[in-house]
Amino acid sequence: MSDTTTARSTADALRADDKKEAPAGNGGPVGAVANWVDERTGAAKGVRFLLKKVFPDHWSFMFGEMAMYSLVVLLITGTFLTFWFVPSMGETTYNGSYVPLQGVQMSEAFASTVKISMDVKGGLLIRQIHHWSALIFLVSIALHMFRVFFTGAFRKPRELNWIIGLLLAMLSMVEGFIGYSLPDDLLSGTGIRAMQGFILSIPVVGTYISYFLFGGGFPGHDIIPRFFTIHVLLLPAVLVGLFTAHILLVMVHKHTQYPGPGRTNKNVVGFPLMPVYAAKAGGFFFVVFGITTLIAGLVTINPIWAYGPYEPTMVTAGSQPDWYMGFADGALRLLPGFLEFTVLGFTFSFNIMIGAILMIPILWTIMGAYPFVEAWVTGDKNEHHILDRPRNQPTRTGLGMAAITFYGILFAACGNDIMAIKFNMSINDITRAFQIGLIIMPPIVFWVTKRLCLSLQRADREMVLHGRESGRIVRTGRGKFFEAHQNLDDFQRWPLVAYDAHAPIELPSATDENGVRRKGARKDRMRARLSHYYFKDRIEPVTPAELEAAHHDGQAHEAIESHPDEAEQGLMHGGAEEIGEAHAYGHPGEHADAGKN
Amino acid sequence: MSNEHSPQEGAVANEESGGVVATRDDEQSLPARFSNPGLAPHVHRLGDSDEKAARRSERQVAGLFTLSMIATVLFIVAYFTIGEKTSVTLPISGKVGALHAALGVTLAVSLLGIGLGAIHWAKTLMSDTEVVEERHVQRSDDEARDGAVKVVMDGVESSQFKRRPLIKYTLGGALGLFALPLGLQLVGGLGPAKDVADDLKTTLWDSEVPVLGPDGKPEMKDGKPVTRPRRLMRDPEGTAIRLSDVTLGSVFHVLPEGINDTADPLNQKVKASVILISLEEDKIKSARERNWGLNGVVAFSKICTHVGCPVGLYEQTTHHLLCPCHQSTFDLTEDCKVVFGPAKRPLPQLEIKVDDAGYLYAPHGFEEPVGPSFWERDR
Repeated sequence: MSDTTTARSTADALRADDKKEAPAGNGGPVGAVANWVDERTGAAKGVRFLLKKVFPDHWSFMFGEMAMYSLVVLLITGTFLTFWFVPSMGETTYNGSYVPLQGVQMSEAFASTVKISMDVKGGLLIRQIHHWSALIFLVSIALHMFRVFFTGAFRKPRELNWIIGLLLAMLSMVEGFIGYSLPDDLLSGTGIRAMQGFILSIPVVGTYISYFLFGGGFPGHDIIPRFFTIHVLLLPAVLVGLFTAHILLVMVHKHTQYPGPGRTNKNVVGFPLMPVYAAKAGGFFFVVFGITTLIAGLVTINPIWAYGPYEPTMVTAGSQPDWYMGFADGALRLLPGFLEFTVLGFTFSFNIMIGAILMIPILWTIMGAYPFVEAWVTGDKNEHHILDRPRNQPTRTGLGMAAITFYGILFAACGNDIMAIKFNMSINDITRAFQIGLIIMPPIVFWVTKRLCLSLQRADREMVLHGRESGRIVRTGRGKFFEAHQNLDDFQRWPLVAYDAHAPIELPSATDENGVRRKGARKDRMRARLSHYYFKDRIEPVTPAELEAAHHDGQAHEAIESHPDEAEQGLMHGGAEEIGEAHAYGHPGEHADAGKN
Repeated sequence: MSNEHSPQEGAVANEESGGVVATRDDEQSLPARFSNPGLAPHVHRLGDSDEKAARRSERQVAGLFTLSMIATVLFIVAYFTIGEKTSVTLPISGKVGALHAALGVTLAVSLLGIGLGAIHWAKTLMSDTEVVEERHVQRSDDEARDGAVKVVMDGVESSQFKRRPLIKYTLGGALGLFALPLGLQLVGGLGPAKDVADDLKTTLWDSEVPVLGPDGKPEMKDGKPVTRPRRLMRDPEGTAIRLSDVTLGSVFHVLPEGINDTADPLNQKVKASVILISLEEDKIKSARERNWGLNGVVAFSKICTHVGCPVGLYEQTTHHLLCPCHQSTFDLTEDCKVVFGPAKRPLPQLEIKVDDAGYLYAPHGFEEPVGPSFWERDR
């Protein structure tokens, strides 16, 4: 160790050391501090482990990052807002600088939100960043969930993290709704009013839950202070806790990666946290924060001063919740009224309960159960660290798209009134169309997606077997034209052939060797049926033998045809010239890298 | 590579029939699956070899960081110089506060400069050689597992947990119950547990207002204040309504008289809000509706029976009331029954009459609970 030399080094000498692998020792004031800390905490081991961690590169991995950074932005801006926001429903008369509201009776919560927006310098910017960031947070959570689902990243050993993620998504929605309600403006007050209606629909205890939550009749004086505590203390603590568990599990599992040359189930290929990901991910935080700020500065959202304070007798047309609650609101618009009925004098309001109370828990239970159902169907007990390309799991991809369609129709239904106005259509027709679409569209989308996936898999096979259409037209001496195909090299081919096509599991005999009905035969039958449903249509990856045969068969076929020109075409197709060009072009990664420079 | 044949080989295989057989032999020796070719050869960036390109990247990164600093300074300048009342008109976003927009844009550039600079630095100058890290199965090895089980079992053993069932069961009971007091305190203190349904079922229209004497004090009779039913008052003016004020086709938003003298006016408004509309009397199909109205002037609860939004939109030509929240549509000519949307029950009607002074009043409250349904509403 060159302790003394490093300590005495000039700046230039230090720079000369930069490329050395070995640590620079305990030199310099930084080294002294590090030494002091490490002697008391042993932190160096953890730091080494953390900074050497390798993360693979892919644009789709940035959705989760976006969610993480939005959460940080929310925590920062949210803390700012608490310095001015007054969580009270006490009545006050507005006398701030915003002229249209002067003299209006309002709650202190609303008055302080107007003050933040109008009289605190830069307060509006912080409020707008907070609101936009909440919307972006939930968008990125949704996109992250899509990525994880369609690539099968929820498979063993990540099922637990999928469930933690689901909890995070659900709690974030609740957190968003509650935060949105805090200003006590007309729009959000209407939202709370509707929420009270939802709670009342719960059988047996609905009225009590409502009266406990609101401290009496709606709206009372307690809901804003209570929501405030939930919004700034309870849920953020839970969210940050779950998020920490989420990210720790990513550390433990190491990140998944897409199939590619050199990527195996036993390694992770990418760039180390220090310095590449520290710069890329750290930089991306500033990019997310910066873009959110830019939107917040230029596009107004939730102008509560224009809505006015909450007044139970008033409502504005076009009352939509924030986007992430849209699907639940859409469900309420589609559920028919006949689902409310009375039994033995007790009222069951399924027209409200299904959409507002039951839907989210049911959907989340289905999503939470999915990894286990799929593992049961495939019978696959292995760890999976290589992601699926969505096309290679046609049934899963189809199911996912059907679910997104279901969600999307509910979401669109939330804007049925806006559509009716903008497109000058009958709201009744739009609503009816959505009701029908909600039932028939998911199966159609499932079928179409599955077929598309199978076609894409066939296209992959075609690509592997016959190469890329080079677009180079060759004219033979006899005047015949044909297109030269350019074969894939090993590195290009590997991602297209590296997947496993599951075969349906065989149904074991329903009786044992003595002809007695076996225990669990019914379960096995169901499993076999599900497995058949999942995997009966499948495209196997190209094998080396098939590739070999494709080249030779082509030539054999043409020999039989006996037409000299066609024999020539076989010759040229995949001939030596093309091979040479393929090497010249290299693998796709090279093009991408070259472009960056 | 299996697909590398020279044209000569291909030609030979074509001309000789034996070529095909040779291929078959080939196939048998091939593996069942392709094998991973390993990492693709690394392609170096221009900046890795060309110092000029690297220097250019350095300048770009430094430029972005400098841009960030400039924007930070501009933010501070804008904060102190731009007036809060100034506004600017921007393309697409329209008229916005100048200070707000300036702060937003400068802060955004300050942040983006750092972010984009760091990313550009990582992409052009930091090593882009991929690093391979090995994975290990998550499962602990058997030794660790046995060790963990042993620690737990030893603990159970040494604490005599299994041998002393009395401790086991009482501990279970105590742990199972200790949260109850905390839960009870929380839930018990949150809100009223009595007369909850009654509160939902009554509105201010069920009670009466004291009659004021000429001196402005409540008139007394037999030691009790004299009361009369509540008049219909305009919302928000709070003035009484004469039948003649309600011209054909007009809509009045109505609250009960004296609502602002109650303890919680908002709580009362949520239930007692009423919409008063004048229709042509012969359009009204229901006899009860006609009887509870006056010459075609009818009053209905304004609170939607779905989830409680105010039913604010009246379509005069069809006589439909539409709730803007979830589009439940009520037919005013037929007891406000639901003709479309997710609500089930009609809006309750409020009977109206004219008093001696010529003002509209409600002789009694609604005959059924207003607003969203709840479990006990029909009990």
